[in-house]
Amino acid sequence: MSDLAKTVTAASRLDSVANAIATPEKEQPYAALGLKSDEYQRIRDILGRRPTSGELAMYSVMWSEHCSYKSSKVWLRQFGQKVSPEMTKNLMVGMGENAGVVDIGEGWAVTFKIESHNHPSYIEPFQGAATGVGGIVRDIISMGARPVAVMDALRFGAIDHPDTARVVPGVVSGISFYANCLGLPNIGGETWFDPIYQANPLVNALAVGVLRHEDLHLANAKGAGNKVVLFGARTGGDGIGGASILASDTFSAGGPTKRPAVQVGDPFAEKVLIECCLELFAGDLVKGIQDLGAAGISCATSELASNGDGGMEVSLDEVLLRDPTLTAEEILMSESQERMMAIVEPDKLEGFLAVTKKWDVETSVLGEVTETGRLIITWHGETIVDVDPRTVAVDGPVYDRPISYPTWMDALNADGAEKFLRPSDGPTLKEQLLTLIGSANLSDKSWITSQYDRYVMGNTALSYPDDAGMIRVDEESGLGVALATDANGRYAYLDPYAGAQLALAEAYRNVAVTGATPVAVSDCLNFGSPENPEVMWQFSRAVEGLADACLELGIPVTGGNVSFYNQTGDVPIHPTPVVAVMGVIDDVGRRVPSGWQDSGDNLYLLGSTHLELDGSAWAGVIHGHLGGTPPKPHLAREQELGALLAAAAREGLLNAAHDLSDGGLATALVDASLRFGIGARVWLDELLERDQIDPLTALFSESGARVIVAVPREEDVKFLRLCEGRNYPVARIGVTDAGAAGVGAALELQGLFTASLEELRTASRATMVEHFGAVVGYAADLSGSGIHRAPTGARIVE
Amino acid sequence: MKVGVVTFPGSLDDRDAQRAVRHAGADAVALWHGDHDLHGVDAIVLPGGFSYGDYLRCGAIAARSPIMTEVIAAANAGMPVLGICNGFQILVEAHLLPGGLIRNDHGDFVCRDQKLRVENASTAWTNGFTVGQEITIPLKNAEGGFIVDAETLTRIEGEGQVAFRYLDVNPNGSLDDIAGLTNAAGNVVGLMPHPEHAIEPGFGPDTPDAMRSGTDGITFFTSVMQSALARA
Repeated sequence: MSDLAKTVTAASRLDSVANAIATPEKEQPYAALGLKSDEYQRIRDILGRRPTSGELAMYSVMWSEHCSYKSSKVWLRQFGQKVSPEMTKNLMVGMGENAGVVDIGEGWAVTFKIESHNHPSYIEPFQGAATGVGGIVRDIISMGARPVAVMDALRFGAIDHPDTARVVPGVVSGISFYANCLGLPNIGGETWFDPIYQANPLVNALAVGVLRHEDLHLANAKGAGNKVVLFGARTGGDGIGGASILASDTFSAGGPTKRPAVQVGDPFAEKVLIECCLELFAGDLVKGIQDLGAAGISCATSELASNGDGGMEVSLDEVLLRDPTLTAEEILMSESQERMMAIVEPDKLEGFLAVTKKWDVETSVLGEVTETGRLIITWHGETIVDVDPRTVAVDGPVYDRPISYPTWMDALNADGAEKFLRPSDGPTLKEQLLTLIGSANLSDKSWITSQYDRYVMGNTALSYPDDAGMIRVDEESGLGVALATDANGRYAYLDPYAGAQLALAEAYRNVAVTGATPVAVSDCLNFGSPENPEVMWQFSRAVEGLADACLELGIPVTGGNVSFYNQTGDVPIHPTPVVAVMGVIDDVGRRVPSGWQDSGDNLYLLGSTHLELDGSAWAGVIHGHLGGTPPKPHLAREQELGALLAAAAREGLLNAAHDLSDGGLATALVDASLRFGIGARVWLDELLERDQIDPLTALFSESGARVIVAVPREEDVKFLRLCEGRNYPVARIGVTDAGAAGVGAALELQGLFTASLEELRTASRATMVEHFGAVVGYAADLSGSGIHRAPTGARIVE
Repeated sequence: MKVGVVTFPGSLDDRDAQRAVRHAGADAVALWHGDHDLHGVDAIVLPGGFSYGDYLRCGAIAARSPIMTEVIAAANAGMPVLGICNGFQILVEAHLLPGGLIRNDHGDFVCRDQKLRVENASTAWTNGFTVGQEITIPLKNAEGGFIVDAETLTRIEGEGQVAFRYLDVNPNGSLDDIAGLTNAAGNVVGLMPHPEHAIEPGFGPDTPDAMRSGTDGITFFTSVMQSALARA
């Protein structure tokens, strides 16, 4: 055999560092792995040689948009810059770690984060959504916390599109399967349907965890000689996207070529992993920990090492494999689920292994922390990776992508909803209300939420359909947290700056109505391609809007995720900045539900109503219209309102409080009636007079900083004094009414129309049932009753 | 009184069951699936969850786990044993209760506040109820459809072994609306709904009085304490 032949044979088996030095001109498939030629050149410059195929695998995944935030970084910095001392004083861990951690008092801390799993959920809805939940839960565990709840923010294509019938049941059952099997209550979320998400649904999963202050763990590898331990599920060929390119390009024959790029989830393995990790934390057996998600071992080793104070040396031969034919590159890139990497002091290794053995969690020691400052990975006795870990994990490329103000923006903003007739007669308003509450976005979502366990763990104080989910953290004191997620892509399309602020304002308000005080934010920014300057403009405006609003509201962004390239063909999705807000309540026993529970409570509308129908549900559903400018954000007002609600809840003045958002006052009244089956008599005269608006605007406008509250009569004086003292607009608009004996409850808008709750319930429930199937317990209610249909044809004033 | 709650890998409602035991006034003792030791408990709860992942027939592996040797022996000797959801499936797989539990007839996981009628109020776990009493207990499962052969069905119906029946809505296609069973001796009870989720005001099912205020489930746990007193 010639020397050349020997080299080729060796290369086809193993591309070691020595081999890379010996074969500097070897062509590498960097483009197929998603690296640009200048990025590839930069890697060569960093290393002073060509990368090995293993190094190329690592750099390509770690420098990907998903892992490196290369297009968003320059904008995301604002979240760290636009902060006041007030915002950071309770922040134990800020952005950049697996998840942010907030001190909520009494020695407790809470960590939460929302993350996207959009593309996998379109390709394989069930596994895509399931592993989305699995991934975010592991982020929470790796902070040292016990996960206590999940939420899901979902956006699908048109409800009547055939492909939606494939995606929705798959996504919902994937989330249901994984989170139910993990034993985590699903406490809320949101579901939207819009054709703009047809070939690019958004699946954003949120997880929240609680920990004692002293249990906080971080992802860093410190202390030379400490062991690097991989535990959990075995490493398999699932979730390898780019590696298959590498494998098929580098290796001529024998090896596997195509691997599924969507991971497969095993919630049982993750449940055991949770309990195992918590026992490891309790035994103080872990020095640093990191979950394995995107980019698998590449990410975990390089991030742990670069967050540490030295280097790391590991052997891939020690990785327990599900499939022995995997190549080194595939092992480095595999995104097999349910795996964690821990840094363990040598004298604690025995104790560590005893715990993993107890839980039957497979464990292997891959190597140890070193003082060299290098990340060295060996395979079959040869060094295949020798890099400065910071160049992989931290110092990736950063792009200041071109932005341009969309050419169509001015025309869009000029096309407002004021051109549509605003009828003021009762029958038409009632018809429009029934159409709205039966529309895809506003309809009852029990078909989804009845598939989620909301009871497990026994600490759920609020869940769907209340405005926010709420979890008790401390069983003795009742200390708890409330969480809500919101985004309105229609608003953000009309004005991404205001849209992001409105998303924050709504989530903030949804938390505030429960009586909790908002304290922190996590965001999942879903956008089109960053290479499209108009999308980049949308992104920059949304981030700026959100950062400015956080500063104004005084609550910090603690972490989150950016998802780019959400588009169908060349058409990007509406900018969809999903904002999650967490609030704290000192006793969940004082929480306020969204619906009316008693007859005879006074109903008050807090806030003022303006003619703000552009981008509204009314414009969209009744007129199929999206144009104009969204409602004006009033952040100072939102803050005042939040403080007012917290004070009222603390004094026990509220029997119910419900946020006004999509569909305005009318749909909020319906929600609050249907929650517990108590109706109301409502009058609008005072409101129309005070705010100088017409009945349709009063009912369907989506002005912000508004809620309706139900106040027991005996607390009336106190409540009004509180509003006056804080100078917040308040108008008495009605009284709750359970209905006379033998007559069903109804929602009566005096002088306009009366709708029985039966009628409203039927309209609200029918839509999801019609498209996706029965809800247990609903069939009896719906059979035989006339299901309301949307009127056809919009009325436009010429 | 000491009530043991077995934790299998994949048990989810074990801590909830322990809480229910404590709220009833008894001591909760954690039992481990891999042990052969009941730690001197007076009664046992097999909690809900997905034991061993339930990738085979639900409860099939758990029914053959080490601790079940002791649980089965104790049950046969008269110790009160309550199986909730996955625990019910385990009791059926261990042949401590008859029949089987299959995929819900509609195919999906379902979580709802479920009305039940108490059919047998003389078991170790139901003596605090009255026959015919209507209670609301959260239900949450994907494999809750009760099936059994016709002959056995006639027998258990005739001998009063149906402990609970679904009211208003049969949520999973169970035969005869059966939600829960007892053995002939009345010490072993299994049901699909979760009494441990209806023990504490504020965290239970909705009632006409107030949101999440249902506490019908606590009676299961006070009943077993009562029956222990009666036996003592």
